[in-house]
Amino acid sequence: MTAFFQDLGMTYEWAWFIATMSGILLIALPLMLGVAMIIYMDRKVWAAINLRRGPNVVGPFGLLQSFADGLKVFLQETIIPSAANKGLFILAPILTFTVALLSWAVIPFGPDAVLADINVGLLYIFAVSSLGVYGVVISGWASNSKYPFFSAMRASAQMISYEVSIGFIIVCVVLWAGTFNLNDIILAQKGHGLGFINGFFFNPLLFPIMVMFFISALAETQRVPFDLTEAESELVAGYQTEYSSMSFALFWLGEYANILLMCALTSILFFGGWLPPVDWAPLYYVPGIVWLLAKMLFFFFCFSWVMATVPRYRYDQLMRLGWKVFLPLSLFFVFAVSLWLMITRYSA
Amino acid sequence: MIQVLAFYLFAIMVIASGALVVLARNPVHSVLWLILAFFNAAGLMILVGAEFIAMLLVIVYVGAVAVLFLFVVMMLNIDFAELRAGFVKNAPLSVAVAVILLAEIVLGIGAYRVGLIELGTPDGTAAPILGESNIENIGILLYSRYLFLFEMAGIILLVAMIGAIVLTHRESRAVRAHQDITKQNMRRPEDATEMKRPEVGQGVEL
Repeated sequence: MTAFFQDLGMTYEWAWFIATMSGILLIALPLMLGVAMIIYMDRKVWAAINLRRGPNVVGPFGLLQSFADGLKVFLQETIIPSAANKGLFILAPILTFTVALLSWAVIPFGPDAVLADINVGLLYIFAVSSLGVYGVVISGWASNSKYPFFSAMRASAQMISYEVSIGFIIVCVVLWAGTFNLNDIILAQKGHGLGFINGFFFNPLLFPIMVMFFISALAETQRVPFDLTEAESELVAGYQTEYSSMSFALFWLGEYANILLMCALTSILFFGGWLPPVDWAPLYYVPGIVWLLAKMLFFFFCFSWVMATVPRYRYDQLMRLGWKVFLPLSLFFVFAVSLWLMITRYSA
Repeated sequence: MIQVLAFYLFAIMVIASGALVVLARNPVHSVLWLILAFFNAAGLMILVGAEFIAMLLVIVYVGAVAVLFLFVVMMLNIDFAELRAGFVKNAPLSVAVAVILLAEIVLGIGAYRVGLIELGTPDGTAAPILGESNIENIGILLYSRYLFLFEMAGIILLVAMIGAIVLTHRESRAVRAHQDITKQNMRRPEDATEMKRPEVGQGVEL
């Protein structure tokens, strides 16, 4: 895009600046729109599974429900509890929202459609997503209230636990692809399964890893069955209890942006990202972003499906799953994958 | 130009937030300033082209270590007044530590400039280029020249971890209900329930 602006007669610096700025807007604005629509989809899927209608009043098929909710929240009064730590109380939702948007800088939407094509792309996502816990912890502490504080404690323990296994899972994929660059990881999946299926999920060594990644993603984004941080039957609304108006909406948007990011990551790491599902020439005429969005929507459907059907875990069960099941299993797979690669790829 | 601006921005932020770690009245604020310092240090790393180290700094220190710090500090509920009282008493000690750290940094940079250890070129202009990216560079060095040191570091960490577990592990005396997950999963409805069809007006013998 820089070259395009340079052709308009700008210096390189200005062209770069404007190209980057428009790139950021091109990602962030559709993302916000996508979050609004995905909340609608989430509610529709739960409704369908519960044999209800779901949102169906605002706009055709209730499509504008999220916007109506957004407007309602926007017009509410912002209430800051008098005993709260004011600065941090306001900072927390901003932090959550910003961090949720930051990771999208390295997500490739097509062969060239990526804002920052850096060679540590996957590490960057891992680093930024590990910052997500601060929004929850700070809001829990700054609210100066019992329920949010419990929620903050739970969140910090939970997210650290599952980050460990996500780290090992990422290592397996990186070992197989031989790179941290997300675009190169996608290209490494071309024709991976039986010579014509694009995606690592077809690999018997990586398929269990994909399942673990999906479950860890549920835990990392605090979705059901791991939504102990906002378990409404125990903690009112968890860390969001004291929030109202836009500060609450920022948490909400950030949470869904994170869920979308995890859907995007699952499709990029295991299902070939913007590659068509099958390595067949005519399918490449469809733009890559269509394939990526289709895969993301499928995984988002799985997220809502799980939400509508699975009961919440108990906290000790959550910790057990993270430390006693996923950690040894993912560690074992790191060894298994490296052994297999040593024998097949690097034995010479 | 933008590099210079970015460098001064990150450097000033690191020093300022470092100072605020010490000066902040509230320990939780101190930890948050420390996190900001880590983050800006990562920015400095990116500026010198060490993006891998920068990412590791964020992942390990900001993403894990500092979260645990914050966790502990929030839980402790420290008395601020008592904490401030010791400031004058401990000030000489902190100055001593700071001087030692400064001396070590000066010594380290001095030794590097002299070029006794082959870390880069002696005049400090550029490090030798081995692979394509600096992940590859670090990998090549770590798993060839510094393999022994690397493995040693790993073993020391393992020992430290086992030590921590041994120190904190307590054999619970009390009889606790033990949960056997496999046993629970193996349990079928037929084992747990029994269907009875009692006649009208009659109860069930248990």
